[in-house]
Amino acid sequence: MKMTGAEIFVKALEDLGVDIVFGYPGGAVLNIYDALFQNTKVRHLLVRHEQGGVHMADGYARASGKTGVCLVTSGPGATNTVTGIATAYMDSIPIVVFTGQVPTLMIGNDAFQEADIVGITRPCTKHNYLIKQTNDMARIIKEAFYIASTGRPGPVLVDIPKDVLTGTAEYHLPKEVKLRGYHPTYEGHQKQVENAIRMLLEKERPVLYTGGGVILSGASSLLKEFAHILGIPVTTTLMGLGGFPGTDPLSLGMLGMHGTYRANMAISHSDVILGVGARFDDRVTGKIDEFAPGAKIIHVDIDPTSIQKNVPVDIPIVGDLKDVLKKMIKLVKGTKEAANYRKTIAPWRDQIEKWKSTHPLAYKQGKGRIKPQFVVEQIYAITKGDAIITTEVGQNQMFAAQYYLFDRPRTFLSSGGLGTMGYGLPAAIGAQVAMPDKLVVDIAGDGSIQMNIQELATAVQYRLPVKVVILNNGSLGMVRQWQELFFQGKLSHTCLPQVPDFVRLAEAYGAAGFRATKSAEVPEVLRKGFAAPGPAVIDIVTDPNEMVYPMVPAGAPLTKMLLV
Amino acid sequence: MRHTISVLVENEFGVLSRVAGLFSGRGFNIESLTVAETLDPTVSRMTIVTSGNDQIVEQILKQLNKLVSVIKVVNLTGTETVDRELVLIKVNAEAETKPEVLRLVDIFRAKIVDVAPRCYTIEMTGDEEKINALVQLLKPIGIREVVRTGRVAIARGM
Repeated sequence: MKMTGAEIFVKALEDLGVDIVFGYPGGAVLNIYDALFQNTKVRHLLVRHEQGGVHMADGYARASGKTGVCLVTSGPGATNTVTGIATAYMDSIPIVVFTGQVPTLMIGNDAFQEADIVGITRPCTKHNYLIKQTNDMARIIKEAFYIASTGRPGPVLVDIPKDVLTGTAEYHLPKEVKLRGYHPTYEGHQKQVENAIRMLLEKERPVLYTGGGVILSGASSLLKEFAHILGIPVTTTLMGLGGFPGTDPLSLGMLGMHGTYRANMAISHSDVILGVGARFDDRVTGKIDEFAPGAKIIHVDIDPTSIQKNVPVDIPIVGDLKDVLKKMIKLVKGTKEAANYRKTIAPWRDQIEKWKSTHPLAYKQGKGRIKPQFVVEQIYAITKGDAIITTEVGQNQMFAAQYYLFDRPRTFLSSGGLGTMGYGLPAAIGAQVAMPDKLVVDIAGDGSIQMNIQELATAVQYRLPVKVVILNNGSLGMVRQWQELFFQGKLSHTCLPQVPDFVRLAEAYGAAGFRATKSAEVPEVLRKGFAAPGPAVIDIVTDPNEMVYPMVPAGAPLTKMLLV
Repeated sequence: MRHTISVLVENEFGVLSRVAGLFSGRGFNIESLTVAETLDPTVSRMTIVTSGNDQIVEQILKQLNKLVSVIKVVNLTGTETVDRELVLIKVNAEAETKPEVLRLVDIFRAKIVDVAPRCYTIEMTGDEEKINALVQLLKPIGIREVVRTGRVAIARGM
């Protein structure tokens, strides 16, 4: 039986098990919206801006591990998704974005609401498609989900011209995907794994350096097991938070520009680094020539391009972390060597303990203004570390990363690679859709929150009880911090004297609003906000002069940290 | 160091821009690039000449492999290959210079493929050095235009 392209689209999503689409309608996708009308299998959530829609799909994917889906119209609808797509690309998040397109015959004619979105998004998608005939629709949708979710995950965009939606074809969703140019490597090379373990056991100052790949691969429990068999300290990147328990005695916390003193000292003084699912990016390494000068590097990643990109690697292993860690565990579990090794490196762990006790993360909450660190610690205490935390970008993000200890994967959702302000609120909404029973908190700043605040309306409409805690310092805190430290305190355009009254703004959207201006009020106000039945905005007026420490200035080696 | 990379790609729209975009987006060099269909009409071959240190070339090969539309990547550098380039040269041919042009065409086993009252168009294939040599020798006579295809290469034997 022949079906229209729009019907095939909806049927394919149903058959692929898509339960939610974050979307915004428009002329080019009217036929899809008609086919979606009153569909009970595929829910549709009407967002307020396409960028928000992509971040929601992204937050949904990060919280659930499933592929997020976004649907928008052509032209401006499509171009509005670009920041969201680039965000997902940098953090390897599996999403599929469907864009409407003008009819095939009008493509290239500068038609109304036409944009070459396939051309625009080529550098920021894992792959993208323009569907040319209705006949290809089901196959391409199947391929898009397959590419997005396998190997190193990432966003895939599918552009669908209007006539392809109105045309007809037989529905046939292929069972398997055959792509001759796409074969991710899942199995790590056994010999290389053996070489890696041999190198590791010869050394005395090892560090496990772990990234977002641990979470994407679902390798958290294997990582924990492996680290404990050999007693190796573990540091995580921003993206890796939650991949190894923050409260574990072996945890060094985050490393890099705003990493802990012990993590940065440990990595800099190590003699071997086992990197798993992390990519040695500049915020982690500091000055690249002086990064871990005495260390041999073993690097495990599913994406060969990540290896040897920024630092020379002694033993590269391409493969899925789950497979490689299983192989590593098999080689050392229950062995005498492992027991000896734990003893051998005990002095190294003692050294790290010393670094920890001499330079812990620290701030002073006196009687004066509220410190943002205090707020994050209170959120941690009240939620018992069990919330899903999203962040915006800047100081709010770094304070959240430093002071909330993440014990489980998929509980810290933040734009790490691209650093997208405006990510946190829509990502929280997406996460809440995926995890309806969890408390989802967006730790925001007064600058970032204004970049996608319109999504409060989405949260209210669908009764998604996300909580937005604004660390309101009346400025663009992180940029201001750089100006204070490196631009002689000239605060060029980083003060926000005209910030809306967030309590009244929340109420105007139909959400609840709360405010704290004194530190004593913070726990109570947070509790009230979290207990409110629907979405809530909790505006906390914080000390504008507070800075994020430690800090490694850009281009400096990791050991040259500015401390409090 | 210069490298010649042979890339098999899906013969579909947009592939060239994916490959070219990869080079420009990551700051890699393209010295020359040729594309044409292979025996299998669903597959095209690109021959790319690029340059960079070992680490950059390793990245180029890996990044090319990562593209979903790329089927196979071979670095021909360091293997036994035959490589050729085709050039068309439009050169002045006045009464007094014609014999010299004809002599050079003969020596280089080139061909004259178009004759106009005051100029010849020469066609020649060869490796890069041979083409450069001919161009250098013709320069004093007055070259009006040079069109080169860029290098194509194939592994020897097997």
